[in-house]
Amino acid sequence: MNLLLLFRLAWRNVLRNRRRSLVLLVTISFGLWAMLFFAAFIRGWNEDTTQNAIDTLTGHLQVHAPDYLDDPSVDHSMRGPSTELRALLKGPEVLAWDSRVRVPAVVMSERETSGVTLVGIDPGRESKLSFIGHSIKAGRQLKDAQDHGIILGRKLADRLDTELGKRVVVMSQGADHSVCDRGFRVVGIFDADRSSTEMAFVFVGRSTAQSMLKMNDEISEISVKLRDAQRLDGFLAHARRAAPELDVQPWTTLQPMVLAMVALGKAWIWIFYLVMYIAMAFGLINTLLMAVAERTREFGLLQALGMRPRLILEQVLAESSLLLAAGVVLGGLLAAGSLALLHGGIDFSHLAQGAEMWGMSKVIHPTLRAWDLISAVLFIVVLALVASVYPALRAARKVPIEALTRG
Amino acid sequence: MEEIVVCDRVSKTYHTNHLAVEALKQVDLHIGHGEFTTLAGPSGSGKTTLLNVIGGLDQPSSGSVTLQGARIDQRTPAELADYRLRHVGFVFQAYNLIPVLSARENIEFVMELQGISATERNALSDEILQDVGLSEMANRRPAELSGGQQQRVAVARAIVSRPAIVLADEPTANLDSTTSKELIELMLSLNHKHGITFLISTHDPLVIELAPRQITLRDGKIVGDESA
Repeated sequence: MNLLLLFRLAWRNVLRNRRRSLVLLVTISFGLWAMLFFAAFIRGWNEDTTQNAIDTLTGHLQVHAPDYLDDPSVDHSMRGPSTELRALLKGPEVLAWDSRVRVPAVVMSERETSGVTLVGIDPGRESKLSFIGHSIKAGRQLKDAQDHGIILGRKLADRLDTELGKRVVVMSQGADHSVCDRGFRVVGIFDADRSSTEMAFVFVGRSTAQSMLKMNDEISEISVKLRDAQRLDGFLAHARRAAPELDVQPWTTLQPMVLAMVALGKAWIWIFYLVMYIAMAFGLINTLLMAVAERTREFGLLQALGMRPRLILEQVLAESSLLLAAGVVLGGLLAAGSLALLHGGIDFSHLAQGAEMWGMSKVIHPTLRAWDLISAVLFIVVLALVASVYPALRAARKVPIEALTRG
Repeated sequence: MEEIVVCDRVSKTYHTNHLAVEALKQVDLHIGHGEFTTLAGPSGSGKTTLLNVIGGLDQPSSGSVTLQGARIDQRTPAELADYRLRHVGFVFQAYNLIPVLSARENIEFVMELQGISATERNALSDEILQDVGLSEMANRRPAELSGGQQQRVAVARAIVSRPAIVLADEPTANLDSTTSKELIELMLSLNHKHGITFLISTHDPLVIELAPRQITLRDGKIVGDESA
């Protein structure tokens, strides 16, 4: 059979009933667009949420004293990194790391009191490690680990009814189990992606915190960010060998909710694909069956003239394939266009509180992976071909004399 | 004369619900090469059924059908499709043409299925379009042609690849008398020019009158066979 004839017939039949072809084209292209857009949105949600969790002090992995994660108090502090661990942290795989003091505390202004986590940092090390390195929106960053100032989140500053230049008092348990307190002048206000972060943390110089809490040189945690997150497992094994007496955990263990959200997001993509699949399958099969039923006499004529049943089947499939190819191209272009328009991200800040419940960032940057594109296109192609086979078989199985007399 | 079609005791029974309808009863028929034959008879006499059985569109319930010495009954659908493609040309009462193809493309359709080259197809379709007087309308789609012109295209398509026999089922039923006469005269001239065998079912007296051989069917049996 001349393929040109097959596709010429198919192409002209596609143009013959333009409204129906348009319906099929819109169904396929909209379906693909929806699948790609949804996949990109969920992928962006996952990646932004993961990045947000890593940037919010977690890093790719953390090192603690053995019982710190169960009871994150000054009682479970540890010495700074050993020679072996320090050598590993200076290696090429590490983008940034910092030793922190991190203990529960109470911060008091002249008007209000709030429970917080006191974090003592070396600001120079945090610039590439966590959000606090680049989130100061008013005032200044801490100068060094000995800085006597304090940085508050905007939301906490509002709640405490305090502002830059004013003093607050931080109170916590010291290493000797006494109650320690110290006055700090507010030198900076930070904005965070989530208001809960702005409420949860106050930042001071690490040495200042150690001095206040009578910890000497001890610290609460070491946070590490790698250049390549894909190499986390290997680095983790090295870190555990370098610090066998300490608790070395990846972000996936430290942030189980985020991990669960990412897994749920991936599952949502497939659930959405399945829903689209079922909805589109009914639409496509129904439309194609109608198209075949209307042409019963024509298929009878083609068979009477000597066209084999297999070629009738191939002709109907060729018609579907043409619409499918056009639909895939159109749907892909629509998806590329809409994702390009949203290159800067989708701002959910007006839904910030609701979004936080779901672990979302304020801004989601839809991200399309090659595999998402391939799987969505494969999904549509298989769906459309499967949906076409039944009507095509019905056309091919018509006995020519019945088709000619019934039509 | 070489025998093109031989029907030997062909019967065809249709079963509908609990009824068995005998459309053909022990029909014996011999048609020679180059004959122009009409198959006349009232509605329900079995004309169309006999054409369908000879054309491989339907299978006889019993008996045998032989075309150019080869049995065609009891073949698979794909084998019958090949048989029709190579050996039979059809002209139906209506819905003869593929609506999305032009007159020329409709004529070349069977040749394309046969795998004939484009050059040869063009030459043959040019010749046949001239024979049927439609050279000027070669690129028109069926919807742009009159009923008579559509039937001319159907005749052209039926004979262009020189089949063993052309089977025409009531080809003039939807045409006025002038157009009917022109169509039959065209078929007769092509029969004379190319020596192609025609078997035409009809109850149009004009067609029967012009045919050199007239077979009459009644109640599924041949009741008359006259040659002019």
